[in-house]
Amino acid sequence: MNTALTQPGAPMKVRGIQKRFGAFTALDNVSLDVAAGELVCLLGPSGCGKTTLLRCIAGLERQDSGELYLGERDVSLLPPQARDYGILFQSYALFPNLSVEANIGYGLTGSGRDEVRKRVGQMLELVGLLGSEKKYPGQLSGGQQQRVALARALAPAPSLLLLDEPMSALDARVREHLCAELRQLQRRLGITTLMVTHNQDEAMLMADRIAVMNNGKVEQYATPQEIYDRPATPFVAEFVGQGNWLPFSRNSASHAQVGGMKMRLADDAGIAQSGRLFCRPEAISVNPPVHEENLFPAKVREITFLGNRCRMSFELEQLPGHPLLAELAPEAMPRLGAQDIWVALPPRSLQVFA
Amino acid sequence: MFKPLALVAAVLTAFSLNAFAKTELTVYTALEAEQLKTYKKAFEQANPDIEIKWVRDSTGIITAKLLAEKDRPQADVVWGLAASSLAILDQQGMLDNYAPKDLDKIGKNYRDAANPPAWVGMDVWAATICFNTVEAQKQGLTKPVSWQDLTKPEYKGKIVMPNPASSGTGFLDVSAWLQTFGEKQGWQYMDDLHQNIGQYVHSGSKPCKLAASGEFPIGISFEYPAVQLKRQGAPLDIILPKEGLGWEIEATSVIKGSSHADAARKLADFSASPAAMELYKENFAVLAQPGIAKPQTELPADYEQRLIKNDFVWASRNRDSILAEWRKRYDGKSEKVAGQ
Amino acid sequence: MALPIARQVSRAEWGDRIFVVGGKWLWLGLLVVAVLLPLLAIFWRGFSSEAGQGGGLAAARELLTSANFHWLLGNSLKVSLSVAAIVVPLAYLFAYALQRTLIPGKTVWRGLSLLPLMAPSMLPGIALVYLFGNQGLLRGLLSDNIYGFWGIVLGEVIYTFPHALMILLSALSLADARLFDAASSMGASPARAFRSVTWPATRQAVFAAFCLVFTLTITDFGVPVVVGGDYQVLALEAYKAVVGQQQFGRGALIGMVLLLPALFSFGVDAWLRRRHGDSMSGRAQVFQPSPSRLRDACYLAIVLLICAVLLLVFGMAVYSSLVKFWPYNLSLSLNHYQFEDTAGGGWLAYRNSLTMALCTALIGSVLIFTGAYLMEKTQGQKNLNLALRMLSFVPMAVPGLVLGLGYVFFFNLNGNPLHVFYGSMALLVVCTIAHYLTTAQMTATTALRQLDAEFEAAALSLKAPLYRHYLRVTVPICLPALLDILRYLFVSAMTTVSAAIFLYSPDTILAAVAVLNMDDAGNVGGAAAMSSLILFTSGSVSLLLAWASRGALRRSQAWRQIAPGQ
Repeated sequence: MNTALTQPGAPMKVRGIQKRFGAFTALDNVSLDVAAGELVCLLGPSGCGKTTLLRCIAGLERQDSGELYLGERDVSLLPPQARDYGILFQSYALFPNLSVEANIGYGLTGSGRDEVRKRVGQMLELVGLLGSEKKYPGQLSGGQQQRVALARALAPAPSLLLLDEPMSALDARVREHLCAELRQLQRRLGITTLMVTHNQDEAMLMADRIAVMNNGKVEQYATPQEIYDRPATPFVAEFVGQGNWLPFSRNSASHAQVGGMKMRLADDAGIAQSGRLFCRPEAISVNPPVHEENLFPAKVREITFLGNRCRMSFELEQLPGHPLLAELAPEAMPRLGAQDIWVALPPRSLQVFA
Repeated sequence: MFKPLALVAAVLTAFSLNAFAKTELTVYTALEAEQLKTYKKAFEQANPDIEIKWVRDSTGIITAKLLAEKDRPQADVVWGLAASSLAILDQQGMLDNYAPKDLDKIGKNYRDAANPPAWVGMDVWAATICFNTVEAQKQGLTKPVSWQDLTKPEYKGKIVMPNPASSGTGFLDVSAWLQTFGEKQGWQYMDDLHQNIGQYVHSGSKPCKLAASGEFPIGISFEYPAVQLKRQGAPLDIILPKEGLGWEIEATSVIKGSSHADAARKLADFSASPAAMELYKENFAVLAQPGIAKPQTELPADYEQRLIKNDFVWASRNRDSILAEWRKRYDGKSEKVAGQ
Repeated sequence: MALPIARQVSRAEWGDRIFVVGGKWLWLGLLVVAVLLPLLAIFWRGFSSEAGQGGGLAAARELLTSANFHWLLGNSLKVSLSVAAIVVPLAYLFAYALQRTLIPGKTVWRGLSLLPLMAPSMLPGIALVYLFGNQGLLRGLLSDNIYGFWGIVLGEVIYTFPHALMILLSALSLADARLFDAASSMGASPARAFRSVTWPATRQAVFAAFCLVFTLTITDFGVPVVVGGDYQVLALEAYKAVVGQQQFGRGALIGMVLLLPALFSFGVDAWLRRRHGDSMSGRAQVFQPSPSRLRDACYLAIVLLICAVLLLVFGMAVYSSLVKFWPYNLSLSLNHYQFEDTAGGGWLAYRNSLTMALCTALIGSVLIFTGAYLMEKTQGQKNLNLALRMLSFVPMAVPGLVLGLGYVFFFNLNGNPLHVFYGSMALLVVCTIAHYLTTAQMTATTALRQLDAEFEAAALSLKAPLYRHYLRVTVPICLPALLDILRYLFVSAMTTVSAAIFLYSPDTILAAVAVLNMDDAGNVGGAAAMSSLILFTSGSVSLLLAWASRGALRRSQAWRQIAPGQ
């Protein structure tokens, strides 16, 4: 059935896209490769250019320079109708005056009536909404509307699917469920997909690869794991997940001086000579049972219970006035009332940035 | 988008191109609207291949329009305009001198003196005072018998007269007062009259209509609306002031450079014909062809004798300066300007 | 398989290019011909010193320094300021009653208040003559007859009332309930709450209404021509200069003078708008007036009084059109409706008006709505869009009288190939559309902006041509707004006289012009009859369209209801 539903996804290439709005540079020489069947997320804060990039790819904005390839075709200058993609908007943009059936069949021109009906049925089955053909979008729930919009985008069997913040109109409970469902469907169809989001959880949950964008540039383009564990830039480190930042200067290739402390660094910790040292809160261990490297005395300031884990705010004794965060399993928390603790910052979790 | 466009195009074409097989004759006129239908019907019956397209307005406006269109005349013929106005057009060389078939039957006072004449008369209309008897009784007004009576203080704000700049009747009043009283006394008379005027209006028939409805008890107008309104039962007395009546010839003329010159001349022929006179006599007591008119019961038998001796050449030569003087004195009836 | 798709796509692409780019250029061309060039022609005419036309710099100096001009200008200013000072407070009270109180019968009062829009401006004048003229029904109430200053002011007050009302109604409809809650929680009295909440939010609308009334009054000659008597105003002078004396240059000069207040108020209004911005946030809560018997009784009294005056005036006009011979024979008849026997244009004028109004409404709403759609919803041609947007705002600042003069000057120009349209129905339609363009377009734009901004992108991604999307989705959703534009254009075309008076020919004479002509010829009964006929026609068409709009809404209720998920 899969083969009948869509064409095999096509790879997409973005080459040196440049886009300005007046004095503002929205896209600054952006290049991106998306493999066939891959799901790539464009992640970044608002104004970073991710939506502009999506709109350029969709042909809704015209880039100032640069090329776009879909499969073998150069689509850089083609109008939207000629590019062959489906798009799911944040608002879904379902036509309120057309029934579900008519919405999904909207792009199926040139086919016979029976063919259209068959295709619409197929699509509704795919998104699990058989029986809603005659309803209007206004009569459906938000999640159902999203599925109809997805079915509409997929109905003409495009070789690329674009998702523009598809989850932001949904409440949190529905969101996670639909993320998983959408991801499953995308895998099953094998359609090349580009999704714009500002929500890192969504990106982590769904993407094969994430392109983190800032100020019109791609800061890092890698798998979710890599992005989380080895952020390429301070921006990525800060934007994805939480982190502690400590001022440092380099003592030697393997050591950094932080306040009164000397911390050992892993080989791939970075080459900066001075600047900021980065450490994820969950990498820090408290009162470790065995001796670990980079073990320092600290004072607890506050402990917040978050259900499945606890967040602890503390100060290193040799770096006062500089609160840090650690996230721990509740059972690993120091006994309440104990102010003085030992914390370990494992060398492999430390990264330095200029 | 395309369908509406086609629709627009179709509508535009339909409106702008009026394709008629008949010759369409553009006729400018200042005749009373009530008369047009009969005249048009009679002419088109006699000339089935011609259709009249009327442009009607008051004398001043039609005259101004004709003058403004001097370089690109829109009118083919003028049927029913004051002779003094036609004389101005003649001075501008805008009229086509033409002798209609029945010219010999037209009285010599009722045509242009040139040969062939620039204009040929149809009938005569003359100044009349319409006096509302019901209102007079209510307001205790005595019935005026002369132009001079109208300056009596008892009529303050009770009189309406047409504005001579736009109305032919208004102009013939002013021109007659200047001729009968002399220039200086004429303006003095109008200064006094001005004090009693309730309103100056744009058409010559409106004062009589306003008098008939009692809106203003006295209207300086002409005999046609007076007779018509009286026949309709309006409580009017038709007063012919004893100093004499200003009057004008209603005349017809072909416009030079008309693209339908033949048809235009046919209309000039018709206008001077006995058949047309039969139509005019229903509305007017004095006609350009002597011997056809019948006395109108509402008017005295010696009506024609009451007309003043009217110098049309003088009137048309001085029309501009008279109107300018009048405007300066009375247009914008306000204390501030009237004093100047 | 690939080929037919490609061909289909390229066909859609070309169709769209013609639809979007062609549509915009066509629209630009129309705006240039119908708005820009006629306006420029006024300046050209006003400053060219052709003999006998009364134009040129010398003539301008002479005109501007003449005592007569000062008198006319003084009269015009006095009348317009008085009218604005009377209308705006009345309309504010009326609008306040409709939006912020719980008086009963709001639909009825609102309907009645719109009556003056349905008839030409001469109608209030005619009614005033029958009420307060020398033979008027209520003549005894006044010491002097109505002709003159007070006649004009009263007539214009009635004529401009609904215009001011509409602005104030929409300003008062936007109220954030949270602000009132905040004010009353701080112990503010109703008067204080009004001063600190309601007044600042509506101040600007009051200014806009004041300007609109002022401009409408100073450029209207329908009322002065009927009840002005010898109290003359500038608008009438422009009309007399052009129609009566064929002095186009003089008319153009006065036209320019009349353009000034409109331009001034337009500029100030735009400046204020930019400075204050939109004070209403999207999260404002709808204000629900709380019951108060005393307040409602007071406002009901005011509303009843205003409606009674309107009913009296319009009832009087209709009644007088049925009276056989005012004031001596008050038996009723339809004599005045026998237009064929009287001056003015007769039934031809009425038929022409119907044709003109229908064409204006149909062509105008299609053009304006499509133009607004192209401007709002398509990418690209940024400069073109900007030019279109600016041009389509110009008619707002140009009074009908001035626009009409511009048309005379431009289309009557020697050597203008468009001269063939002079005096044609087509030109009347174009002029009327241009005159009422801005308001109609603002209605269209507001409706279009409420649509999801991504509809077009979604349609394009589905390879659907934009023109098909426009017809299949945009138009059905915006049908109520479209019907609203249709109604507005029809009624405006039916009643307009300010521009049309300069443009009609004997074949294309209009009903509203016939009213003017009949009144000029002293046939006030006929003028009343024709006005009443226009009133009934506009009223019936409005009711019909309101009914059609309700039907359309009911039929589409299935999809217009608010989505549970949103």
